[in-house]
Amino acid sequence: MNEMSACQELTRKDFESNQDVRWCPGCGDYALLEQVKRLLPGLGIPRANFAFISGIGCSSRFPYYLETYGLHGIHGRAPAIASGLKLARPELSVWVVTGDGDSLAIGGNHFIHAMRRNIGLKIILLNNRIYGLTKGQCSPTSEFGKSTKSTPMGNIDRPFSPVSVALGAGAGFVARTIDNDLQHLRQTLKRAAEHPGTAFVEVRQNCVVFNDGANDPINDKDTRNDVRMLLEHGKPLRFGVDGNRGVRIRGFEPEIVTLGENGVTEADLAVHDETSAHGGLAFCLSQFAAPLPLPLGVFRAVEAMPYETLNAGLAEEARRKRGKGTLEQLLSGGHTWNVN
Amino acid sequence: MNKQIPKQDCMPAATVRRVEELDRAIVRFAGDSGDGMQLTGDAFAKIIASGGYDFATRPDYPSEIRAPTGTLFGVSGYQIQFSSHEVFTSGDAPDVLVAMNPAALKTNLADVKRGGAIIVNSSAFTDGNLSKAGYQSNPLEDASLTDYRVYRVDISGLTVRALESLGLPPKEAGRCKNYYALGLVLCLYGRPLDAEEQRIRAKFAGKARIAEANVTALRAGYAYAEACEMFVTTYVVRPGNIKPGVYRSLTGNQAAALGFVTASELAGVPLFLGSYPITPATDILHELAALRHYNVKTFQAEDEIAGICSAIGAAYGGVLGVTSTSGPGMALKTEALGLTAMLELPLVIINVQRAGPSTGLPTKVEQSDLLQAVYGRNGECPVPVIAASSPADCFDCAIEAFRIATKYMTPVILLSDGGIGNAAEPWRIPDLADMAPFEIAFRTDPEGFLPYARDANLARAWVRPGTPGMEHRLGGLEKDFLTGDISHNPLNHQRMVEVRAAKVAGIAREIPPLAISGPREGDLLVVGWGGTYGPIVQACKQAEGAGKSVAHLHLRYLNPLPGDLEETLSRYRKVLVPELNLGQLSRLLRERFLRDVVVLSKVQGKSFTQAEIYDRIMELC
Repeated sequence: MNEMSACQELTRKDFESNQDVRWCPGCGDYALLEQVKRLLPGLGIPRANFAFISGIGCSSRFPYYLETYGLHGIHGRAPAIASGLKLARPELSVWVVTGDGDSLAIGGNHFIHAMRRNIGLKIILLNNRIYGLTKGQCSPTSEFGKSTKSTPMGNIDRPFSPVSVALGAGAGFVARTIDNDLQHLRQTLKRAAEHPGTAFVEVRQNCVVFNDGANDPINDKDTRNDVRMLLEHGKPLRFGVDGNRGVRIRGFEPEIVTLGENGVTEADLAVHDETSAHGGLAFCLSQFAAPLPLPLGVFRAVEAMPYETLNAGLAEEARRKRGKGTLEQLLSGGHTWNVN
Repeated sequence: MNKQIPKQDCMPAATVRRVEELDRAIVRFAGDSGDGMQLTGDAFAKIIASGGYDFATRPDYPSEIRAPTGTLFGVSGYQIQFSSHEVFTSGDAPDVLVAMNPAALKTNLADVKRGGAIIVNSSAFTDGNLSKAGYQSNPLEDASLTDYRVYRVDISGLTVRALESLGLPPKEAGRCKNYYALGLVLCLYGRPLDAEEQRIRAKFAGKARIAEANVTALRAGYAYAEACEMFVTTYVVRPGNIKPGVYRSLTGNQAAALGFVTASELAGVPLFLGSYPITPATDILHELAALRHYNVKTFQAEDEIAGICSAIGAAYGGVLGVTSTSGPGMALKTEALGLTAMLELPLVIINVQRAGPSTGLPTKVEQSDLLQAVYGRNGECPVPVIAASSPADCFDCAIEAFRIATKYMTPVILLSDGGIGNAAEPWRIPDLADMAPFEIAFRTDPEGFLPYARDANLARAWVRPGTPGMEHRLGGLEKDFLTGDISHNPLNHQRMVEVRAAKVAGIAREIPPLAISGPREGDLLVVGWGGTYGPIVQACKQAEGAGKSVAHLHLRYLNPLPGDLEETLSRYRKVLVPELNLGQLSRLLRERFLRDVVVLSKVQGKSFTQAEIYDRIMELC
C-alpha cells in the first residue's frame, strides 16, 4: 500500500484512540478534538507521520485521545520537545496542544522562541483564561480585577493577549478562533496545517467548571456579531448584527463607525491584510478590547523559510564544502603527530 | 636582585653555558586576560606534542572575559607538564613561570618551585601596575625573589622594537608580545620554531601583516634569549617511551564531542545536541556545531530546559539525543531528566562540573555534583551515572554513555569537570578495526506491540514515529506496566517504580571487573573518581616508591556501583577517598556498604596536588 492510498483511506475514526476522554462534560476541548479528528484525514499525511506533543494542564491531555504518535511532556516545555522532534525528523507533522498557563506562564520562554524561529510546528492554544487542572486560579489571560481562588480580592495582573505575544515574537501565522463555532474552528485549523513554519492558533475555549460563560458574549448567536469581528483577507473590517458597523483607522487609532452615518461608506473602513510584512494592522487588531469588537480569524499569514529547512541547508552546505564526513576523518582530524 | 643591573639585561651573565637533561618539565604562562596566555600555552603545547612527549595541560582563567588590566582577578594562566615518561597531571609546582605583569607574578609565585626560573616582562612593573597588584615595593628590586632565578626582560619594549620595520602602530605591535615570550621559552627548552611559524601563517592567512608580525616576534624572542645568552643552562627533555602511533591533542570537551559523533557513526544513527551555553561546557556545542557534515544537528536552545527538552524530542524521534551543561544548568534540567526516565527514552546528559553552589566559581574545577547526579530528582528516579577520569577518557565515556542509554532505554549522566574538560593531553588515534560495534535496533513490527513490554534487560522497545501501525502515546504520568496507558492503580505504580529501579541496578551486571593498580589487598586503597585520576596515580606511585603498600582504584561507574566493589573494599584495612567536594563518594560508599572510609576533601576551585594526596597516604600507612 503506497502512502497516498494509505492517506486517502483514512477517516475520522482512524484517529480515535482507545482511551476514555477525561475532560469535564461540556468542556470546549471536546470541540477541538473533534475538529482535529475531522481535519487530519484530509491533509494527505499518513497517520503514522503525525506527532502531537503537549505540556501539562487540561488541554495537554489531548494527545492521549488521538490515535497518532504523541508525547505528554512537562509543564510549559512542549514547544521545546516538539522543536527537537521536528529538527530530528522534519518529515513528520508535529503539533503542539497547550493552554494559557502552559504556554504563556511557565512555558512563555519556549513559546516566544518557537514563534521567532518559525519552526514547522502547529501550535494550538486552548485559552480558557483560568487554571482548570489546579482548580481555579487566575491565568496570564484572566481579566484584570477578576476574582479567583488565588485572587480573592481581584486579579492585579494585567492579561496577555496570546495573539499579541505571538505577533510580537515574530510569528508568521497567527489566528484566533473559538470552540463552539465549529466551521470557523475547522477552517482556521486547516489554514494553520497548511502553513509552513510556525503556525499559531488561539482557541477561545469555555471552562464549564471554573470559568463558565466567559465566552458567552462572543458565542450568543443573536448578539455575538456586535462584539466580535470576523477577519477576511482583503476585506474591509465590518461587524455588527446588521453588518453595518466597521472599523476605521485614523492615524494609529482605530474607531468604530456605522456605515451610512455621517457619510461613512465601506471605502472608509480599514482593509484586512494578512500578508503585510510589518504586521502593524495585525498587532493593532490583536489589542482590540471592548468597545472594539474581538477579532476572530487569521491575523497574519506570512511565509518564510522554516527553521528546519534552514537547518537542513546548513548540513547540505557543510557537506558540499567538506564532503560527507567519515569516522576515520573525524578521529584523525586536527593537528596530529607520529610517535615511532 | 641587584638594582644596578640595566633593565634589558638578562640575568645572570653567562660564563659557561650548559645543556641539562631533564626527565620532565613544568611551565606556566601567566598574564592579563588580554595578554593571550591561553593562546600562548596552547601553541607551546602543540610544539611539545610534535616533539613526541607525553603532556598534560591546565588552562586557568578568570570568569570575566577581560577584567581591568593589571588586576589580580584578571590574571589568566596556562600550565603544561611534559615528559619522556607518562604524564598524568599538569604538575604541582612550575619549574618556569612566565609572568607578563606584577599581578601575574603575585598570584602565581607561591606555586613556583623554589629555585625555579621566573621570566618577567620587566617593563610591565610600573608603579601603576605594582599598586594594582598590591605590591608595596617592586619585587624585582627588593629581596622577595631571592629564592628564584629571575630573568627580567622588557618583553613589551623589545617586541615593539623588533617589529619596527613592519610599520605597525605600536599598540598593535605590542600585542605580539606573547609570541616574543613564547620564543624565549622555546629557546630555554631548545624546541624548533618552524612548525609554529607555519601555524601562525595558516591562522592569519588573510592577514599577512599580522602573521608576519607574530612570526617576527616569535623569532625575535628566541634570538634574543640565544644572543644574549640569557639562560646559563638550557634544558632538553628526551622524547619519551610512548606507544607508537598517530597522536593528536584533545581536551576533555573535544574528546566528548568526538565520542558522541563516533557513537553516532558506529551505530548509524544521527546525533542531536540541544544545548545552552554555559561555562565550562560550551566547547562541546562549539565542537559539534562544526561537524554538520556528519549526521550531526546542533540546536542552541533558549535555555537549559529547552536544551534537554529538545534532545528528548529528538530521542523520541529516534536519534541519539544529548544535552551538555554544567552544575546550574543541571539543576534546571532536573524535571526533564525525570521525564526522560519515565518515558524510558535514551538520552545522554554531560555535566562538565564547576565549583558551586549556585553560580559558584564558573571557571574553576570541583566534583560536587555527584550526589545531584545520583539522587537529585523528585520521586524514585534512578539514573545511571558514569564519570570520565581524564581528557582522553571523555571519548570512551561518551560512547559508553550512549551504549548504556540505548541498551537500557534510559537517560545517562556523564560527569566530566572543568579541569579535564579544558585540559589537553595527547590521544592516540584508535584503529577503527579495534572499535566495538554499536548496534541499535528500532522496533518496526506492530504484531503484539506493547509500548512498555520489556526485554531481558528490562528495556522497552524504541519505536520511531512514522512507523505504521505502532502509534502510541508516552508521557510523564504513571503508566500501565505493559500498555503504557495512564494508570493510577496503586499496585501498578509500585511495580513500575520497582522495575525502573531494577533496570538501572541491572546495569551492574555488565560492568567489567574492577582494575586495581597496586597490591590486591593490604593497608590502604585509594578510591577516586573522575578528573582526580592524575594526581592520585602520581601520589600512589610516589608512596609505592617510598615502600608503602598502597593500591589505587578509580571508579567510572557511579550508579549503579560495580558489583565487586564491596568485596574489593573489604580487602584493605583503610580506604582513602580524595574528592573535590566534602565527601560525596565517601557518603555513597558508607551508605551502600556500611564501610567507613577516610575522606580527603578539597574545595578551592583547584584539583589536588600530588603532594596533598601523598601526604595523606603517608599519614595513613
